Amino acid sequence: MTDTLTPAPSPAPTGENGHAAARPTLVTRFLGSTLVWPILALLLLLVVNVVATPSFLNVRIQDGHLYGNVIDIARNSAPVLLVALGMTLVIATRGIDLSVGAIAAIAGAVACTRIVGAGDEAAVTTAIMACTWALAVCVVLGVWNGFLVSVLGIQPIIATLVLMVAGRGLAMLVTDGQITTVNNDTFSDLATGYVLGLPIASLIAVGMVVAAAIFTRRTALGMLIEAVGINPEASRLAGVRARTIIWTVYVFGGFCAGLAGLIIAANTNSVNANSLGLWIELDAILAVVIGGTALTGGRFSLAGTLVGALFITTLARTIPNVGIPSEANYLFKAVVVVAVCLLQSPRARAALRVRRPAVSKGNPV
Amino acid sequence: MSAAVATVGTTSLWDRIRTYSPPPRFLPLIVTIALFAGMFGAGSVRYENFGDPQVFLSLMINNAHLIVLAVGMTFVILTGGIDLSVGSVVAMSTMILAKTLQSGWSLPAAILAVLVVSTLLGTVLGLLIHYFDIQPFIATLAGLFLARGVAYLISIESIPITDETFMKWAYEPLTLWSTYWIRWSVVVALVAVVVAAYVLAFTRFGRTVYAIGGNESSAMLMGLRVGAVKVGVYAVSGFCAGLGGLLFALNTPSGNSLHAVGMELDAIAAAVIGGILLTGGRGYVFGALVGVLVLGVIQTFITFDGTLTSWWTRIAIGVLLLVFVVIQRLMTRRQAT
Repeated sequence: MTDTLTPAPSPAPTGENGHAAARPTLVTRFLGSTLVWPILALLLLLVVNVVATPSFLNVRIQDGHLYGNVIDIARNSAPVLLVALGMTLVIATRGIDLSVGAIAAIAGAVACTRIVGAGDEAAVTTAIMACTWALAVCVVLGVWNGFLVSVLGIQPIIATLVLMVAGRGLAMLVTDGQITTVNNDTFSDLATGYVLGLPIASLIAVGMVVAAAIFTRRTALGMLIEAVGINPEASRLAGVRARTIIWTVYVFGGFCAGLAGLIIAANTNSVNANSLGLWIELDAILAVVIGGTALTGGRFSLAGTLVGALFITTLARTIPNVGIPSEANYLFKAVVVVAVCLLQSPRARAALRVRRPAVSKGNPV
Repeated sequence: MSAAVATVGTTSLWDRIRTYSPPPRFLPLIVTIALFAGMFGAGSVRYENFGDPQVFLSLMINNAHLIVLAVGMTFVILTGGIDLSVGSVVAMSTMILAKTLQSGWSLPAAILAVLVVSTLLGTVLGLLIHYFDIQPFIATLAGLFLARGVAYLISIESIPITDETFMKWAYEPLTLWSTYWIRWSVVVALVAVVVAAYVLAFTRFGRTVYAIGGNESSAMLMGLRVGAVKVGVYAVSGFCAGLGGLLFALNTPSGNSLHAVGMELDAIAAAVIGGILLTGGRGYVFGALVGVLVLGVIQTFITFDGTLTSWWTRIAIGVLLLVFVVIQRLMTRRQAT
């Protein structure tokens, strides 16, 4: 763990005229990456935890699957990671999706009422059908958001605010205002089950991240998304189907939010339309921002989002672990938001750079 | 000549009425007022006692805190910003008030503490937004977490407010005429609206607010005090959120860290429905007031109906929001071309 920390003080070997970027060593690549700060912050949190509880990182096998704090963190971060994944691509197109919490609530509501209403509540097919229905509804909601943003041209923050306000009402309508409890092992496995000793929720989330990474980084899609984020009009003139791309990312965001909603509902085997996924959009945005994706669009980092989501979940676990009341979680989140924004702010960076010229010389950007 | 004038004079009265169109800047406001009047009228026809003036007055009483929040939000949105922290600040304010009163502060000192803390928080957010170029959305998101966190830290339990003077303000009715009455919170809210309307229309601060919303770079080049005013609007919004928290505490005499979850959305929705353009620069405080009343009428409708459940409120607000956002969009598009 300390390996990553040691290279920092020693200046990286640079070429005579600053052409180190041409043949970057691993160290310079790492230091030049936007991932440095989030990873260091995550490691710092883990160190704090280990100091507070030396056994924090222990992982053992119990009942045939891995068991420990780290596994718990991985499992708990799945919903935020999923929502943040969709949010990353939406933000990359210069948008934002405030409705994901409401969409997650609707997904949970639809799935649970479908399971309860089915003939055989405990059957495997019931769970699959219910989840398919829920995800289909979420895709439709994503289409709706995308329509408002890409076709009508409404500011994303306002367009998605509509569904954020109305969505919980819709979820309440689906569940008839009740806290719906379900009894289906396949469904609850979504959150609490294990495959090959690993939590299913994490596998789903990481699977989605990998799939998104392949689609955006091994095809032109990622570049097109970034092009739209930098200048929608210019990319349209250059022949990019800006409207289709913007529409697609909102649909993808809705789908991811739906998956997250299913996992959250499965975790408690119930759905409370008022509280399911409450403020998850804010956590997701926070994860994206921590991960180094600029809110101004045009550049995104899926790995950064992964680290950001892990950071938020680890923070939530660290606070009670070091003996601070868990209510302080919000305060710490506020501090993180401000710190991250200041780190990204050009003015604050300029102030830092003046004081530390040596560092900036070592890292040609 | 005189004949011509006469003919113009005779036809113009009808023509004027027929072809009269209000200045476009008032159009959204007129639409909202018409909507409110229409909804209230429809309610009076449909339900018994809906048209009773006391229903309208109760609307004001129940939404006094939201009116004040919407006033603060108006300032922020007029500059093209947004403030997500107001709901949390309301919760924090009720907590600070309840806690300070519980630990023996005098009522004026407690109220002062609430207003100072909330204004300070708003000012800090404004400084972050202006001097570090942090998007208003994100900076006030930090404010949301911060205020909610402070509220939780003060106590996770609800703290009752038992101060006698405060209770008197909360429950003493102000009789207007015959049996019709309001509460002090309505007076405070209306004063806030009037003061805000005056500031926006007749002071340098207000004009700069509109100028920034119209085009920030132009405002800067004109030599307006953009920085001070931008920080100022967030301070105003923070102050209004604190004041809103005090009024909220009058309605439910307790401090609770779970109060007012999502109230920032209501404030934003009220502003949008009231015809305040979200891209900034256009709109009136009076519109925000009517916007709050429209939201209140929806609630009253659902209460009177009895067969509709309360979550229809959220859906109805969402639909209204959508309609107004689309109208705004069409209006700005027409102007752009």
